[in-house]
Amino acid sequence: MGIDLPLLWAMIIGFGLMMYVIMDGFDLGIGILFPFVRDRDDRDAMVNSVAPVWDGNETWLVLGGAALLAAFPLAYAVILSALYLPLMLMLAGLIWRGVAFEFRFKADEAHKPFWDKAFAWGSYVATFSQGLALGAFINGFELRDGSYAGGVFDWLTPFSLFTGLAMILAYALLGASWLVMKTEGALQARMRELGRPVTLAVLATIAAVSLWTPLAHPQIASRWFALPNLILLAPVPALVVLTGWALLRAMRQSSSHSAPFLLALVLLFLGYSGLAISLWPNIIPPGISIWQAAAPPQSMGFALVGALFIIPFILAYTAWSYYVFRGKVKAGEGYH
Amino acid sequence: MFTLSALELARVQFGFTVSFHIVFPAITIGLASYLAVLEGLWLWTRDRAYLDLCHFWSHVFAVNFAMGVVSGLVMAYQFGTNWSYFSAFAGSVTGPLLAYEVLTAFFLEAGFLGVMLFGWNKVGPGLHFFATVMVAIGTLISATWILASNSWMQTPQGFEIVNGVVVPTDWLKVIFNPSFPYRLAHMTVAAFLSTALFVGAAGAWHLLRGNQDRRIRKMFSMAMWMLVVVAPLQVVIGDQHGLNTLQHQPAKVAAMEGHWRNEPGAGVPLILFGWPDMAAEETRYKLEIPRLGSLILTHSLDGQFKGLSEFPPEDRPNATVVFWSFRIMVGLGFLMLALGGWSLWRRWRGSLYDRGLFLRLALWMGPSGLIAILAGWFTTEIGRQPWVVYGVMRTKDAVSNHSAPVLTAVLLVFIVMYFAVFGTGIRYMLKLVAKGPQTIPDHPHDPGPQSQRPARPLSAAPDSIDRQGR
Repeated sequence: MGIDLPLLWAMIIGFGLMMYVIMDGFDLGIGILFPFVRDRDDRDAMVNSVAPVWDGNETWLVLGGAALLAAFPLAYAVILSALYLPLMLMLAGLIWRGVAFEFRFKADEAHKPFWDKAFAWGSYVATFSQGLALGAFINGFELRDGSYAGGVFDWLTPFSLFTGLAMILAYALLGASWLVMKTEGALQARMRELGRPVTLAVLATIAAVSLWTPLAHPQIASRWFALPNLILLAPVPALVVLTGWALLRAMRQSSSHSAPFLLALVLLFLGYSGLAISLWPNIIPPGISIWQAAAPPQSMGFALVGALFIIPFILAYTAWSYYVFRGKVKAGEGYH
Repeated sequence: MFTLSALELARVQFGFTVSFHIVFPAITIGLASYLAVLEGLWLWTRDRAYLDLCHFWSHVFAVNFAMGVVSGLVMAYQFGTNWSYFSAFAGSVTGPLLAYEVLTAFFLEAGFLGVMLFGWNKVGPGLHFFATVMVAIGTLISATWILASNSWMQTPQGFEIVNGVVVPTDWLKVIFNPSFPYRLAHMTVAAFLSTALFVGAAGAWHLLRGNQDRRIRKMFSMAMWMLVVVAPLQVVIGDQHGLNTLQHQPAKVAAMEGHWRNEPGAGVPLILFGWPDMAAEETRYKLEIPRLGSLILTHSLDGQFKGLSEFPPEDRPNATVVFWSFRIMVGLGFLMLALGGWSLWRRWRGSLYDRGLFLRLALWMGPSGLIAILAGWFTTEIGRQPWVVYGVMRTKDAVSNHSAPVLTAVLLVFIVMYFAVFGTGIRYMLKLVAKGPQTIPDHPHDPGPQSQRPARPLSAAPDSIDRQGR
């Protein structure tokens, strides 16, 4: 076959992970913003704005895992065993956060505050661990004979701690801008107010990562600063600045409801693309490319047929579900 | 605990997390179909009891589903974190199957779940029913893929090994491997059976407390009918599954039966109880019925099948565990059969809803389906050992290189967390069950006796339905 299967699969996985980051990003962001909103009705509105869709959002993470196993089993094996502890931490966070969606409505009055805390802490822990994992991924893994040869705590570096923090800020931005779109009144005003400093912080972390990674990894430096690339890739940072500026403005304008969220998506997409450009074509940084880690073509081809056929349907009914629950969340509305 | 090896710890961690997990999808599969039936009956008969029951069980379903999702997420990542050599070796087969499960099932369930749970006043009755049916179909598709994957690990075929990695050569053979149809039927029916027992126990609990609400009677009656149909069916499927296992995994069956060696020319007895001793290679304290083992497994009086001693010691599963887990499953199965039979008798006598030993048994049998599922999975998974992919890769070669202290710490955290989180969730589910079905005034899909009045705008739907769960 003349089809470059690893390339297609890398694109599908990249797309799936981006969908996850964006969609579960605003769910988790809502948990991250929980400590900044005290009112119970406001908290209910925040949770209700995502209650019908969070489960579908999280499914993209499962797809990421399954597709990685299907298309790049070696990468799945190496990366997941190298990131054992941060991933277990992430799963623990997602468990507390996930059940809290239901439990905080079902609990006795006395236990509700506990599940609110579980929702917020779960979101923080899951997000921070995803950031840790991302940082460790960028830093790369030590391999011997095709399996992970590093230590249990190799993922723990100043850089990964920083990306953990950056992830919290990024999701907080998605959450705040989502809530600007989905809520009104005092809660919306609060989100606009929180949105501005968070946007600035996100821009600062994007800048920091953009400086840190080329300084630490000559490979990444040459990717961005070698000559044709420097000019070809220049639009990426330029667009980041432009989007950031527009986002700050939109957060302030009381007439803009959806614009902050859309701009936050663009910003996240740019950051994500920047990382993809830095790491391409490696799937186990620093040295294993998507072609080296690829599953046999029989596996990739079989799964590809399904992915290409089914993903459009998934996108269609997911969009329909968002359409059904469109508009502002009303107080007291939403629970089944 | 600190005396366990890293391999054993990894196995305990996987076994622990998957055991907790399987309970939720089993109930999800059963309840989703039950909800689709209830909603269908409501639309067909316009009997409000079905709609009220539908709401009642969908609250329980929501809590159960959330727990299934988060505990399942752990499973999707554990293959790589804990079994990286297995993933690198056989991910080319299990990966695409898992990917198909996510694509065709998980998204379908999640995509329509929102509408099913939260969409009563957002979409019309037809579309809502469609969403419920999609969720139910999603759960069944999900079971199909994951059981194809598990069955391939039990009875692998349709592949070759190239450069130390599994390369699938025939996907139809991979998916429709010899044990798959049996395992799929056995597990799906087990999910329906467990749900029927759970719903039946919920009904029995209310009936025993003197709550003779028509809806309670209705759900209890439906559950008992389900039991009558499904329990005998499961016995037949289980028998067929056993014969299939004898053909493809004879060591597992020998361990399940505590059967060590054949006497020349004699039939194999059925050991009812005993204590298989792995070191002594015999089953101690056994109580046996002559020739019955032959009759069940070879359908003849003096047929023989391989004893465990005929396998090299390093290829034997632990018979002590498997022997007993199998007996727990089968014993519970016969109790279910008895409960179903008794319900027929009581129904015929017109005393189905009368307080007494029958209802108490129905109540106590509530968790029996789930216990039987766990016992069955322990039998088939421990019975597969020492292989992770039967006859192809040993479990000891599949495990990641984590140290015992790290695994111990993670395992302890998981144990504490799972009991706290899922224990609480199960308590909430039972609390919801105890509340019983409620009547929802002014339901958006049931305008009631004044159905001639102009349709209200959907946004004016009453808050009361939204507040139901609170």
